[in-house]
This record gives sequence, structure tokens and C-alpha cells, in this order.
Amino acid sequence: MASSDVARQPDKGVRPLSLAGHVGFDSLPDQLVNKSICQGFCFNILCIGETGIGKSTLMDTLFNTNFENFESSHFEPQVKLRAQTYDLQESNVRLRLTVVNTVGFGDQMNKQESYQPVVDYIDRQFESYLQEELKIKRSLHNYHDSRVHACLYFISPSGHSLKSLDLVTMKKLDSKVNIIPVIAKADTISKSELHKFKIKIMSELVSNGVQIYQFPLDDETVAKVNTTMNGHLPFAVVGSTEEVCVGNKMVKARQYPWGVVQVENENHCDFVKLREMLICVNMEDLREQTHTRHYELYRRCKLEEMGFKDTDPECKPVSLQQTYEAKRQEFLVELQKREDEMRQMFVQRVKEKEAELKEAERELQSRFEQLKRLHADEKAALEEKKRLLDEDQSSFSKRRAAAQLLQAQSLTANGKKDKDRKNSGFM
Amino acid sequence: MDAIMLQEKLVERLLCPRVRTARQKEKQYVGFATLPNQVHRKSVKKGFDFTLMVAGESGMGKSTLVNSLFLTDLYKDRKLLNAEERINQTVEIIKHTVDIEEKGVKLKLTIVDTPGFGDACLEDWKPITDYIDQQFEQYFRDESGLNRKNIQDNRVHCCLYFIPPFGHGLRPVDVEFMKALHEKVNIIPLIAKADCLTPNEIKKLKDRIREEIDKFGIKVYQFPECDSDEDEEFKQLDKELKECTPFAVIGSNTVVEARGQRVRGRLYPWGIVEVENQSHCDFVKLRNMLIRSHMHDLKDVTCDVHYENYRAQCIQEMTSKLAQDNRMESPIPILPLSTPDVDTEKLIKMKDEELKRMQEMLNKMQQQMHEKDQ
Repeated sequence: MASSDVARQPDKGVRPLSLAGHVGFDSLPDQLVNKSICQGFCFNILCIGETGIGKSTLMDTLFNTNFENFESSHFEPQVKLRAQTYDLQESNVRLRLTVVNTVGFGDQMNKQESYQPVVDYIDRQFESYLQEELKIKRSLHNYHDSRVHACLYFISPSGHSLKSLDLVTMKKLDSKVNIIPVIAKADTISKSELHKFKIKIMSELVSNGVQIYQFPLDDETVAKVNTTMNGHLPFAVVGSTEEVCVGNKMVKARQYPWGVVQVENENHCDFVKLREMLICVNMEDLREQTHTRHYELYRRCKLEEMGFKDTDPECKPVSLQQTYEAKRQEFLVELQKREDEMRQMFVQRVKEKEAELKEAERELQSRFEQLKRLHADEKAALEEKKRLLDEDQSSFSKRRAAAQLLQAQSLTANGKKDKDRKNSGFM
Repeated sequence: MDAIMLQEKLVERLLCPRVRTARQKEKQYVGFATLPNQVHRKSVKKGFDFTLMVAGESGMGKSTLVNSLFLTDLYKDRKLLNAEERINQTVEIIKHTVDIEEKGVKLKLTIVDTPGFGDACLEDWKPITDYIDQQFEQYFRDESGLNRKNIQDNRVHCCLYFIPPFGHGLRPVDVEFMKALHEKVNIIPLIAKADCLTPNEIKKLKDRIREEIDKFGIKVYQFPECDSDEDEEFKQLDKELKECTPFAVIGSNTVVEARGQRVRGRLYPWGIVEVENQSHCDFVKLRNMLIRSHMHDLKDVTCDVHYENYRAQCIQEMTSKLAQDNRMESPIPILPLSTPDVDTEKLIKMKDEELKRMQEMLNKMQQQMHEKDQ
């Protein structure tokens, strides 16, 4: 990447100088190019679209390889993202390509949160780059940049307009990634319908404030072709990895009973335009836009969230060092306060527990006393009863003894009487 | 014989079923052999009615297909919603009723449209099931009323469900929707916009969908079995037709010039898709099945199966409610019941007997028609 990302403006204090001969710094761009070629390039594409709409096939067709993707099921409970990295080479240029596909997008019954996993993925890539940037010991030039550079959004070819899911998702993504909408499976739309469809889609995007990626017009060498291409958005594509014999050549095409749709025929679909714009002309610009616009926006939001500011309340520029110190102090103070709070709470709790335990002890004691008293009472009552019983018993035995005595006496008296009578009878 | 001739032969067979080869002795002429003619005459005089529901996501080509099927333009001033308006759209029910006539036979055709299906981010098709139930309820009340002279049959006889061809098979919304409707209406699943699939892809998708329909237990409309004494050729045709389901259809509102003729079709830079060309799509098969041979069977299945199920369920609910709450007045005349179960069973038995009687009558009439043809 070039060292200065902003356009050069004429500085007031610097005077232009004309050279007397050839110095040789016009080779700077070549040196840069050589360095980049040695380093290799890296590009990350995100493909969002419903299951079965042709994302993997289009990637295979674009990069002329077989990325070995398998069919996903329609019954995924949630939207997931699947990222795969490949190393490709064309002449002496090496490209590390990462293709991220959505899995299960648009299949759920409730699609209101379908965009969230995608947004989270993009943010995660930004976050890891930010972390790397903020490290003390960092190695940015070795860092494998996984930020999403381009997002191909696959629109279902209904022929009428965008779906509500499309609109909602693109609105959430337009400030995070370069969106390039494409009309998938375009061999089901006739030319006249396609023209109307494209106009409808673009007008819906504009009226809802969705900012899709516009091919850059500031570079004169490509401005003309980019302007034309901007007018053909969204591209209506057809993908195919099968080859059919047309004329005397084998071309990538789809064979129908009524004709053959040739992928690279500009009359049949916009595949060639997409390939040119995405890969041949604007790949570097996509990477640049991702870094200077989307990533910077993310970084700014994130840092502001954390409390960093560029200027302090008196509008004087604040250096990062000061901010760090201020933050650190704040943090320590906060920590101390928390510790004190916790200590307080701990002491409070202990006191409460003690009081509770004391209360419980007192209660137990009183209960014990109560029980003791009860026992004593009962014991006394029992003693009383025993005494009464003994008395009863003794009086009963006395009476019994008296009764026996009486009986014995009366018996002897009766015996004497009988004897007397007997005796008297005899006489 | 080539495919077209075979197809025509099949249509003919379906319209006038083949007679038994055994001939009966010539009896003395009584005259009831003219019954079929009388039935024919009366039915032509009375006219027919048919209600067709179309359901599927926006942009599947439902309106175009209906126009192609009935060769009219039913959707003259339709206004389609923008994407942002559709985010929270609920499903609506819109009826288009037209009277069409062909060779003296009048047909009152009602197309029930379901705009908004699959549009919002949260799927909800309750309005559709409610509408079907409402029509059943309306008919139930009319049938149980005192004056039954002019009952209007607004029950939905058939539902064409459009499956998008862009996926790998059925999606959860397709499965759930069909399961919600399969016991209320005859569902005929179709693969929409079939001109985006090559013949191989169509075959794969059809197999996949048939598999998934079995797997999820969805009861789609089954074409009735052909009689066991039909000849092999007919049986083969019938088998082929059944294996062609779900039909992969293409519709068109425009007429293009192809092979020296003017046909309904779609014009592409790489060729012309003809709607009525059997090697391009199954439109002709669908039309024959739906209109030329099975329209009446669809009505019968709706009356005999779906409506009866609804009715039995309704009565059961009502009688169980009555048993709980004796003060409630029933809107329809039903016998005062001691126990709910016994009486609903009685009613069901009664209806079963009625059905059996009607079936016997139909069989008798069919036999007589055979004899007459001989």
C-alpha cells in the first residue's frame, strides 16, 4: 500500500523545483510494485446470499478453480459464516484469497436477526486488526489481513424488486464493507425484464439510503470504463464450471433444451464485467477503501467508546500519552473505589451474620430454660401423684387390716355362740 | 407413438374411462342408459365453479402462470409493493372471480391470491389458514341451514404452491406451510421459473423434493390410481406422469415467434423458451391434470375428505362444549345428546353410510356408462 493515503495538497511553504537532468526517482512505483510482488497480495471476499443461489459456483467461475464446496442444507437453525483461504498464483503474482460464505442465510422462519452474524464477523476482523495496531510490539507488515475487502450480495432474480431481507441486511452493512450487489441466476430473466429489474433495484437502494460501492472515478486511466460500469450495476451474472462445445471451442456455459447460455458472452450476462471490475481493475481500490473508510470508521467508533478523544474540553489537541495516563488514573481510582465498596460490604455482612448468630444463641438458651422448667414442673406433679397414691395405698392397707381383724373377731364370736348353742342344745 | 400423441391419448382415457372387455348379453331396452347424458345436460345448464389458490413468494411467477393456464389476463392493474413496504407486510387474501365459457360449458373461476406471503422478515400465514377455515365454516352453516336452495360453494378446491428453483430443495418455510395446509386443501407443489434449471438439475431437484415431502410427511394431492384392468401403455403413461411431480413450470404473458409459429414463450438472447413445449417444461402436463382431467376430482376430494374432516372436528368440538355448558344454544340443529362421544360417533356413522350410498350410486352410474359405450 502506498505510504500516503490522502491526496497530496500543495503545501504553502514548499516551492516547486525543476530538475536539470534525469535523477531516477521515477522508478519508485516500480520498486513498490516489486516489493508488493515479493510480499504477495491478500484479498478477502464475503458472499452473502440464500442457500443454493450460486455463491460457490460463481466463485469457482470467477477464479477458474474448484474450491471444493459442498452443498449446504436449508435447515440450519441460524446463519453461520464459513471462511476458507486459498493460495492462488497467476504469472508471478501470488494471491492469498479468503472466501467467506454465509450458510443458511434466508432459510429461517424469523429472519429479523439474520444480518447479525455477518455484522459480527466483519467487526471481529476489524477488531483483531485494531488489536494488532494497538500492540506495543506489533508486526503489521507480516499480519495476515483478514478484513473483508468486498462483499458480493446475491439478489434473488424475482424480477420485481428487492426482498425485505435484502434491504435490511444491506442497510446494516453499507457502512462496514464495500457492497457490490449482483443478480444471481440471471438466465431466468429476459432482457427487457432485466432492464426494469435493475432500475427498480437501484432506485430502491437509493431511496433507502443504502451506499453501495461505486467504482472510483478519480483516476483518469480507468475513470471512463468505471463510469460505464457504474451504470450497469447491479451485474446480472450466471456461473458455470461445466464446459459446452459452441462453434469449435469449449466454453463455460449452461446447456438448456432451448439454447446455450455462455458465461463469458457479454450479450448473455454481465459476468465478464464483474470479473473485470472486481479483479482486473479495482481490486486494489477495494482494499484501500476498506482500510481508509470502513476500518477508520470502525476504529474511531471503537476508540470513542473507550473514551479516547482527539481534543480535550478546551479544544487543545490531546496526545495519546496523556489520554492513556488519564485513562489509567481513572481506572485505578475506579478500582480502589470498588475495593473499598467490597470491603464495606464484607464488614457489613459479617456484622449481620454475627448478630444473627447471637440472636439464635439467645433463643436456644431461652428455650432450654423453658424446657427445664417444664420438666421440673412435671416432675413435681408426678411426685405429688406418687405421694397421693402411697397414701391411698397405706390407708387402703390399714382398712383392709382393720376389716380382716373385724372379720376374724366376728368369726370367733360366732363360733363361740354356736358352741354355746350347741352346748346349750345338749342340755 | 410420440410423446404428444401419447399425452392426448391419456387425456382421452381419463375423460372417458376404458370399458370392460367382457360384454354383457343384450337386455331388453329400459332407457336408463341415457342417465349419463342427462347428467351431462344438467351440469352444462347449471355450470361449474372452481376455486384455485396460489401461494408462494413474490416474484415466483404465480400471476403469469395463472394467466397462461386460463389464457386471460386476470391481473390488469396490479400494484406491487416496494421492498421497504414489505418488511412488515402481513399476508392478504385477494379474490379474483371471472366467468369463462368454452363450448357452452360455463365455469365460474375464483383465483385466491396471497400477496405478502414470504415477504416480511417474520413468516406468518395465519390469514391463509383462517380463510380456508372460514370458507368451510360458511359452507357448514349453509348446509345445516333451513333454506338450502342456493348454497354458494366458496371452498378452496386446490392450492398451487410455488417452490423456488434457486435452492437445493424444500426450505423450512415450504415444509411448515404445506404441513399447515395439507389437511385442509389439496396441495399441488410446483417448481416455479423452471427456465433457470437444466434438465439434469430439474431431475435432481424433483427427486430431492419428492424425498423431502415423504420425509416430512406432507400429504400433497395424489392423482387417483388408474384401474387395474387398464392396459400396460396407459399404466406406463400414468406412472410417468406421477413421477413427473412436482411439475416444473414456466409461464408467460407474451407471445413470441418460434419455428414459424406464434406461441406463448419467453425470448432470450440464447433461445426461446416455449411454454407449451413438453421438452421445455411441464406446463402442458399441469394444465391437463388440473383442468382437463382432474378438476372434478379435486372438487370431490375437497368435499369428501377435507370438508368432512373439518365438519367432523367442528361437530365434535361443539358437542363437547355443549355437554359442559348446557345453556348454550347450538346454531345448527343437532340431536340433544346424552354423552358426546356416542352421538358424534352416530353422526359420523350416518355420514359414512351416506358416503357409501353415494359411492355405490356413482359406481353403478359408471358401470352403466361403460355399458352404454359398448
